[in-house]
Amino acid sequence: MSTAGEPVITIRGIGRSYAMGDAVVHALRGVDLDVARGEYVAIMGPSGSGKSTLMNIIGCLDRPDTGEYTLNGRQVARMGDSELAHVRNREIGFVFQTFNLLQRATALRNVELPLVYAGVGRHERHERASAALVRVGLAERMHHRPNELSGGQRQRVAIARALINRPSILLADEPTGNLDSHTATEILATFDELHAAGNTIVLVTHDDEVAHRARRIIRLRDGKIETDIAHA
Amino acid sequence: MQLGELLLVALQSVRANLFRSMLTMLGIIIGVASVITMLAVGAGARGAVDKQIEALGAGLLSIRPGQVFQMGVAKASEKLDIDDVTALLTDGATVAAAVPERSGMEQIKFMNQNRNLRVVGTTANFAVVQDYSIDAGRMFDAADDVAKRAVVVLGAKVPPMFDETAESIVGKTIYIRGLAFRVEGVFREKGTTGFRNVDEQAWVPLNTGRYRLFGTTALDLISVKPMRGVGMQQAIVDIERIMRREHQIRPGQNNDFSIQDPRQFLDFQQTAANIFAYLLASIASVSLVVGGIGIMNIMLVTVTERTREIGIRKALGATRFSILVQFLIEAMIICLLGGAIGVLLGLGVSRLLTAVAGWQATVSLTAIAMAFGFSAGVGLFFGLWPARKAARMDPIAALRYE
Repeated sequence: MSTAGEPVITIRGIGRSYAMGDAVVHALRGVDLDVARGEYVAIMGPSGSGKSTLMNIIGCLDRPDTGEYTLNGRQVARMGDSELAHVRNREIGFVFQTFNLLQRATALRNVELPLVYAGVGRHERHERASAALVRVGLAERMHHRPNELSGGQRQRVAIARALINRPSILLADEPTGNLDSHTATEILATFDELHAAGNTIVLVTHDDEVAHRARRIIRLRDGKIETDIAHA
Repeated sequence: MQLGELLLVALQSVRANLFRSMLTMLGIIIGVASVITMLAVGAGARGAVDKQIEALGAGLLSIRPGQVFQMGVAKASEKLDIDDVTALLTDGATVAAAVPERSGMEQIKFMNQNRNLRVVGTTANFAVVQDYSIDAGRMFDAADDVAKRAVVVLGAKVPPMFDETAESIVGKTIYIRGLAFRVEGVFREKGTTGFRNVDEQAWVPLNTGRYRLFGTTALDLISVKPMRGVGMQQAIVDIERIMRREHQIRPGQNNDFSIQDPRQFLDFQQTAANIFAYLLASIASVSLVVGGIGIMNIMLVTVTERTREIGIRKALGATRFSILVQFLIEAMIICLLGGAIGVLLGLGVSRLLTAVAGWQATVSLTAIAMAFGFSAGVGLFFGLWPARKAARMDPIAALRYE
């Protein structure tokens, strides 16, 4: 892994608007943002503030209309669909509020999935995915399907899956939103550990308590960054 | 994404919705089974007709007596006779050979066994013109005919009826209508001509038959071989002219004989088989199209149902192409499974037709390859649109899909 402190995300003046019927909604109006390697950033804001749009752009699921986005040294703002798919596969690890595991596949198979799209062979895939599940404490549940797992276990499968390709950033969208407070605390502890191990984490939440686990909180309002505060 | 992976995912998905997949396959199954049966029937009918043409010999025309009414009862005219044959041979510019026949069912006795068989009186050139070959002994000759000798040549299946072989029965005596006949020869097996089994007949010289057995000069068949290079229609016109003259039929009067081309009968058979094949072809194309639409329909449902899955796969790095291929392969697997079942069904139906209708409906490897080609094509064609829909899904919307 590269040294801490060098920039992973460099965003300059990005804007994104949608046509909603006849009206045009400006979700983002010129956002500048830098995230360095090893940072733990929370993005907050009320609904409609543009935080989902920002997260989609950071996650390379969407492209900005204007502005520049450099992810780990690569210009991604103008990339085509298959290049973006490749970037998502290698550079981004997603953790979703609703877990987004494949219901028909076992935990192991779910964790293997990014490796499948990366073209990793069956044997190596299997070994790496098993090891990842062991690391998040699910050695015993490897061959269970998501519906046989608890919410916390599901989210840990998702975290294992997000990290399997050693991405530049871990992008979490309300990762504790569907969990009870006890399990949520466990998951947040896992994020703390991942941060301590040097992972770059970008977390989108509307929960102050969750956001305060991060070392830096960015608040969005009306498509612009309102505040950007770092704290210990 | 590797092909093996794609196949695995597609198979799992088909298995997860097994009943639905089976129902979806139904159209393809029927379509492919129809294609297989159609091709088998076509090939079988062609084979049967070819065989019969071979058995009938090369292009002979048949002249048969027409029907006359006596006291309101229809019976064959007695006017066809050996003079007609002579006239055809001397005046027929298109006639290469003419063979008269008179036949009847007769009691044939050998040792202490007896059978009722058709006995045909004919001239010595019968074997050459009708393309019969001798298995044992010899064909009777013109001298036998002139001398009205009591000699007989048997069909291939006659000696076994009396527990004899072709070789062993030659030279022995059989009794026809109580009269002793010397067996001169046995023909090689000819096979069925579609009219009657000629291998179960016996042949005697025409004059022998006339004076010893039938007691009439009337013929019931004259087979005419047209000259080489003469068309059947031309020969028929020529023969009709001579026959009308010989029978003194005035213009406007109907013929008291008929001239047939036995191949016409085969043409009917071929046409019937063709009609059946066309019928199957239309069933095949309709069910393949309907089956294809069914597959498109179910694939659209599948794509919609799995919107979330598509979103997840895209977020994890699936390209449009890999999503497209994934769903395309799924559609094709359904089609190919349907195709395989259809081939089996087609084989069964062809067997059944062979057993019931007597057609030699043979399923060729080409037909099977073609059927698989069709089903893969249907899968590709009708699977493309749903797969494209899946591939072009917006990952954000797909991930949010409930």
